[in-house]
Amino acid sequence: MLQAPKTQTPHSPPTEQAPKGDRIFHVHQVSKIYRMGGVEVHALREVDFDLFPGEFVVLLGPSGSGKSTLLNIMGALDAPTSGEVLFHDHNLSAADDLERTRYRREHVGFVFQFYNLIPSLTARENVALVAELAENPMPPEEALALVGLSERLDHFPAQMSGGEQQRVAIARAIVKRPELLLCDEPTGALDYETGKLVLEALARVNQELGATIAIITHNAAIAGLADRVIRLRSGEIVEIRRNEKKISPAEVIW
Amino acid sequence: MASSLDRKLLRDLGRSWGQMVAVAAVAACAVTAFVAMGSTYRSLLGSQRLYYAEYRFADVFASLQRAPDSLAARIAAIPGVARAETRVVRDVTLDVPGLAEPATGRLISIPDRGRPELNDLAIRRGRYVAPGRTNEVIASEAFAEANGLRPGDAIGAILNGRWEKLTIVGVALSPEYVYEVKGGGAIFPDNRRFGVLWASRAMVAPALGMQGAFNDVAVSLGAGANEAEVIAQLDHLLARYGGLGAYGRDDQISYRFLSDEIAQNRATATIVPGIFLAAAAFLLYTVLSRLIATQRPQVGTLKAFGYSNTAIGWHYLKMALAAVGAGLVMGVAAGAYFGFRLTRVYQIFYRFPMLHYELSAGLVIVASLISLLAGALGAVAAVRKAVQMPPAEAMRPPGPARYRAGWLERMGIDRRVPLEGRMIVRDIERRPWRAAFTWLGIAMSVAILVVGFYFFDAIGYLMRLQFETVQREDVAVTFSDPRSAASRYNLANLPGVLRSEPYRAVAARLSYEHRSRRVVVMGERAAGILRPLVDEKLRIHTLPPEGIVLTRRLGELLGVKEGERVTLEVLEGARLVRQVPVSALVDEPIGYSAYMDLDALNRLLREGGTTSGAFLKVDPREAPRLYALLKRTPAVRSIAVKQASVESFKDTLAESVKISTTILVALACTLAFGMVYNGIRVALSERARELASLRVLGFSRGEVRTILLGREALLLAAAIPAGWALGAVACELIARAVASDLFRLPVVITAQTLAIAAGIVVGASALTALGVSRQLDHLDLVETLKTGE
Repeated sequence: MLQAPKTQTPHSPPTEQAPKGDRIFHVHQVSKIYRMGGVEVHALREVDFDLFPGEFVVLLGPSGSGKSTLLNIMGALDAPTSGEVLFHDHNLSAADDLERTRYRREHVGFVFQFYNLIPSLTARENVALVAELAENPMPPEEALALVGLSERLDHFPAQMSGGEQQRVAIARAIVKRPELLLCDEPTGALDYETGKLVLEALARVNQELGATIAIITHNAAIAGLADRVIRLRSGEIVEIRRNEKKISPAEVIW
Repeated sequence: MASSLDRKLLRDLGRSWGQMVAVAAVAACAVTAFVAMGSTYRSLLGSQRLYYAEYRFADVFASLQRAPDSLAARIAAIPGVARAETRVVRDVTLDVPGLAEPATGRLISIPDRGRPELNDLAIRRGRYVAPGRTNEVIASEAFAEANGLRPGDAIGAILNGRWEKLTIVGVALSPEYVYEVKGGGAIFPDNRRFGVLWASRAMVAPALGMQGAFNDVAVSLGAGANEAEVIAQLDHLLARYGGLGAYGRDDQISYRFLSDEIAQNRATATIVPGIFLAAAAFLLYTVLSRLIATQRPQVGTLKAFGYSNTAIGWHYLKMALAAVGAGLVMGVAAGAYFGFRLTRVYQIFYRFPMLHYELSAGLVIVASLISLLAGALGAVAAVRKAVQMPPAEAMRPPGPARYRAGWLERMGIDRRVPLEGRMIVRDIERRPWRAAFTWLGIAMSVAILVVGFYFFDAIGYLMRLQFETVQREDVAVTFSDPRSAASRYNLANLPGVLRSEPYRAVAARLSYEHRSRRVVVMGERAAGILRPLVDEKLRIHTLPPEGIVLTRRLGELLGVKEGERVTLEVLEGARLVRQVPVSALVDEPIGYSAYMDLDALNRLLREGGTTSGAFLKVDPREAPRLYALLKRTPAVRSIAVKQASVESFKDTLAESVKISTTILVALACTLAFGMVYNGIRVALSERARELASLRVLGFSRGEVRTILLGREALLLAAAIPAGWALGAVACELIARAVASDLFRLPVVITAQTLAIAAGIVVGASALTALGVSRQLDHLDLVETLKTGE
């Protein structure tokens, strides 16, 4: 298990893996086929990759590349048609609803493109809602401070800008100290300046909490922030690349 | 030819069929209640009018001691009197085959030839009495049926001290006894032990010692006659013949009960459908508002293509009309069915020769109009917003739902409330009207049930009060004539009599200022235990040695207070007039009565220990012997045996309320279902994304379900006490509305009723919630997260 995770498939191009420590996430030969009417859509084709503790990974691809499907499977929101998804030793692809719920509850944080905050709860309460589920959460105020929202604790979503709402969503995702943070186009609905603020918050979470972060995006500019970039096209991984020099969110330009 | 919009309409209907069914069901309830109760009301009212007209029901009635036949002409000559018919009427003891205890028969004379001019009989079986034949009687139908008597059967009767065999030749109904009770405090029918017998004047008069005389008169009024005036004149005329006071239809027991019943029907036929129509309109409003909210871009697109506001408005209006129309069809069918059943139920208590069930086209048209109007009202309110929006704005997704800390939180209540609770509270505060309507709807369904079961409670309470607390005797004996004190000792010596308490009953008119009332003053022994003076709260009062005790209702009618003096005019014998102080007012729910200490009454009447009868406590083992003996005692006019009648009445009552209870339970459950179902469906639609997010964030299905159902549960919890209170208020109003001089329904609602009402609504809501919340399991986590609204 301690060997450097290096899983090659005939379909996958040569990749460079991050060699540090024990992997926390293992995706092996995962395919996903949707049946729409009489047509089969191969959203993913025998995808392989691993994630390691503390990594900042960007899953990059245009729309239709299968990146959302991949994120859904990683978040146990969806099951692969074939293949294996392991979180540590737990096989998520064979888990039932209860186990998946527990996995999401205890180990994963989610950040959505459209924030998905509970409109009837304030920033602090949105964060607290998730904190209450966790065993060892940080105080909601601390999570909000981490994303720079100490001043907006008692504001309702409708009283905040999109960027603020997304940072609340990040705070909500990290408050339980997750091992894995899954972000679905976190800047997709935001303008450039606000998007950068959100990316800064994510980078900070990655550094200060050591959470593994997987961001899916079609925005290639964000790739520079990552330790590794996994590029998808038409349901296949076309490249796994390690950034020799990470840039800071401030340097991101798009 | 279906236009594209119509095809969209059909598909939209298909997609939200669950909610459309809820709307249709609630609308169906409104129409069912309206049609069932309305048609029952009209059927009863129509039958009553027709019956009274065809069978010439009298307008004014009077009893007296005895007057010569010659007086009849003078009665007929009273201005305003159209017809007058004198009669001989007396309660006699009957020996009914198969009935151990004696029964009471009200023997009423009918003309020897021809039919009665007033209060004609409807012969149901057999024939009218034949002239010249003695001992032929016609029995009332309820009595005949209860005792299995048919034409040709014989019963025994004590007529003027002798046993006579009477042959039943016919079974009939009379407009005077649509509701057949004995009167004089007995308001529950006991058809086995009380019946009316009609016999020819030629037979009745000699048998009761009334040759050439009469002791009862019925009068009909001409057009424009003043009833009060006629009553006054009649009283004046009859005064020297022992007149017991004339009275109009309002004081005629059968008329009063029937009219009260019809009036009650009319009230419920208006109120209950009103509740449901309001509920249906509200449901349509929320369902369509929600639907239109999800179709905002479509509305915008349609408008951008050039569809007019009217076309779009009409499009959504048609959805409302489709749902209400479906409910209307179901409602008319169910209403006709239940109306027919209800009308049949009235046959148990109210005997009509022709109780026709009548469902008029007019009623259906009115039902259609008001239900469609209510539907349109709800729809228009919802549609208005959508069509007024400029297309560009409509095509943009709506902004995020605006929440804020409501007044509850500003008051600082929420600090200890869990987050889920805060979500619910804020959701309610954000749309307070919607929550209020849901709450009110659920409360209404609780209230409907409380009212429905209240009738059981009230009548049960009255019966317990009457038969257990007040009437502690086993037998009440009435003498043919007032007797000397000595007779009471005779009664006490009869076999099986454990205790005998004499009473004196005297007809009197009580007056205070210009108000007066005919009553029977009961003289009882203050130390007696068989007929305690009991008030509504079951407190026992002791008769004061002096003065008169009135029921509060009587006191109110007279406008007299404790300590004031009323004028007591005795309507028998020497017709003494006395001033008597009112020593107390007692809340007695049944009848209006006046009580005095027996000795004080005897002193007032200047008679020494005279009694009219006695209450007896009887050893059950000796009862048959005693009854046989009493049956054959000429001095005894009638005997009322309390016990067996209670159970039979309860059964009859249970039978009769079964159908109305079924309707009420169905209505209440549907209303609760409609409210809860709609509430959850709308919440599910509005919050699907929010709930899916929670699932993604690690909330379990159960937890998400709690959040979804929490609002409904909270509203339900808040609605139950409100429903109880609403129900109690409604009961109070109903009790007040139906309170007559005959009896008042006490406002007693048992804990059982409250529990059942709440239980049914909670059960219906829980089942509904369980059903709807299963849709949570199909919540598409992936799909819901991708898009915005």
